Amino acid sequence: MIRHRSSQLYASVLVNSLYAMVNYPVTLVNTLLAPLSILAVVTFASHGTLLPVAAEGALIMNMVGSGTAMQGDLSHLKNDMRLQDMVVSSPTGPGIYVAGMAISQIVYSLPTLVLLAIFNILFVHLTAIGALILAADMATIFTFAVSLGFFLSTLSTDIVQSWAFAGILSPLLTTIPPIYYPISYIPLPYRYLAYISPTTYAAQIAQSQAGFAALSVLQTAVYWLILIIITLIFTFIAVKRSRWRDV
Amino acid sequence: MRLEVSGIFKTYDGKVPALIDVSFSLEENGIFSLIGENGAGKTTLVRILSTQLLPTSGTATIDGVDVVSLPKKIRERIAAVPQEARAVPWMTPIQTITSYLMYRGYNHAEAMEMASDTIRKLGMEAFEHQKNRKLSGGQKRKVLVATVLASEADIIFLDEPSTGLDYISRKDLWNLFSSIKDRKSIILTTHYLEEAEALASRIGILNKGYLVGFGTMEDLRNLSKYPYSIRVSSPDFELEGDSWKVVHLAEGGTQIFTYEDQVYNLVSILISRGLRFTVQEISLNTIFENIIYGGTRDDKTSQ
Repeated sequence: MIRHRSSQLYASVLVNSLYAMVNYPVTLVNTLLAPLSILAVVTFASHGTLLPVAAEGALIMNMVGSGTAMQGDLSHLKNDMRLQDMVVSSPTGPGIYVAGMAISQIVYSLPTLVLLAIFNILFVHLTAIGALILAADMATIFTFAVSLGFFLSTLSTDIVQSWAFAGILSPLLTTIPPIYYPISYIPLPYRYLAYISPTTYAAQIAQSQAGFAALSVLQTAVYWLILIIITLIFTFIAVKRSRWRDV
Repeated sequence: MRLEVSGIFKTYDGKVPALIDVSFSLEENGIFSLIGENGAGKTTLVRILSTQLLPTSGTATIDGVDVVSLPKKIRERIAAVPQEARAVPWMTPIQTITSYLMYRGYNHAEAMEMASDTIRKLGMEAFEHQKNRKLSGGQKRKVLVATVLASEADIIFLDEPSTGLDYISRKDLWNLFSSIKDRKSIILTTHYLEEAEALASRIGILNKGYLVGFGTMEDLRNLSKYPYSIRVSSPDFELEGDSWKVVHLAEGGTQIFTYEDQVYNLVSILISRGLRFTVQEISLNTIFENIIYGGTRDDKTSQ
């Protein structure tokens, strides 16, 4: 028989997003709620002045949230359903499985992405190149989040642990760092703490494209470099750490 | 299929031995059943053979291909349902089977067609579009078994597929396995000894990580000191002698274990005393108890 790699990818999308969305439409509300609620709070608190920054930040949060959510899904399917063991004993390899799961997270958050894209078209004025840079920025931070999620899923032995990881990651990566607001709002010296989070660099790059943050060419290049290096480190750890076959 | 297992050891965390020098070979299609107490090593062995777990040492080959060093090649031919596998609750049976077949590389249309075909063959049409969470325990188990049976895999590993099922659901699964055993090889673990006895052409008995018995029912009977059993209805039957063992059963009646050449003598004695009785070869239950708790042919002389 001819084995289709695309089918193996699509299988994860079906299992982890499309079937859940079709069979339980309420799950769509869940994906919409987190980024939109912070967007609403920041907008109200700033009397609307931060709506454009927050709309752009919500895109970054959505990508990070989708990536880190993967650790819970992978852990659930591995430890509670034993689906991963069934896949291990099949022609699908770990790369295809994880890539399929990552795509499934994007598919799962598509309604949110579409809504946020509309907000961004309305309130954030980007050039075509700026939009492309934002897309690359989102893709990079998503790769980081997926790698982190996959790495954590290998550490987690049950879903309760995964929930704890998600509860820790969400504020540390998306709520506290200056994603929904300009970094200048953080008083010194606490501002330096923000640079611990890779999402700060992603948000700064995005904000500079829309004119919300003033970054020199050199700063932009350094931020990109840091973001890519962090992403590569986590991808390397995830690949090295991942255990497709138990020992 | 030819399965060769040679000197498999598995130790967890460097100190907990799960399998100790397990070796055996299978040379034909059919059903091979692994039995043993909880923690005997059944799941560990199945996980190693189905490429989910690395052994500490030893080799296992399927048709000459090493499952340890060449897992990718083996995975083209195998399918497995782990012991604690659950049908994903938000999916339906047809979605479960379809997505599994797509993991095996079938395109969506092919997978849907094969899934529908399998559902029809297994008589699951009544609940094919219900969510798995709404199905009974037996139906959920059947969905999982159907996923692997629907595939092209010719070597199927099933870890305790019938645990927790009622008798009728178990019989359904047995019929299913029997119907494909000529075309595929099934390696199944079970706690139901009557299941292994009814289905398997070869049986392996694991005890504390050691393979303590392996072969056909005939081979295993030959391992026992007494291969024959006579069940006497009288609860207080007594008979002195070295060529048999008399056991008074808690549920009433008496069981006499003996050698083949003693059966005729004993039957004559029972007839002369006017007692009702049945004669049969010992069951797997008895063999299992004999092997696990002593009473094999090796200790014949000591008793």
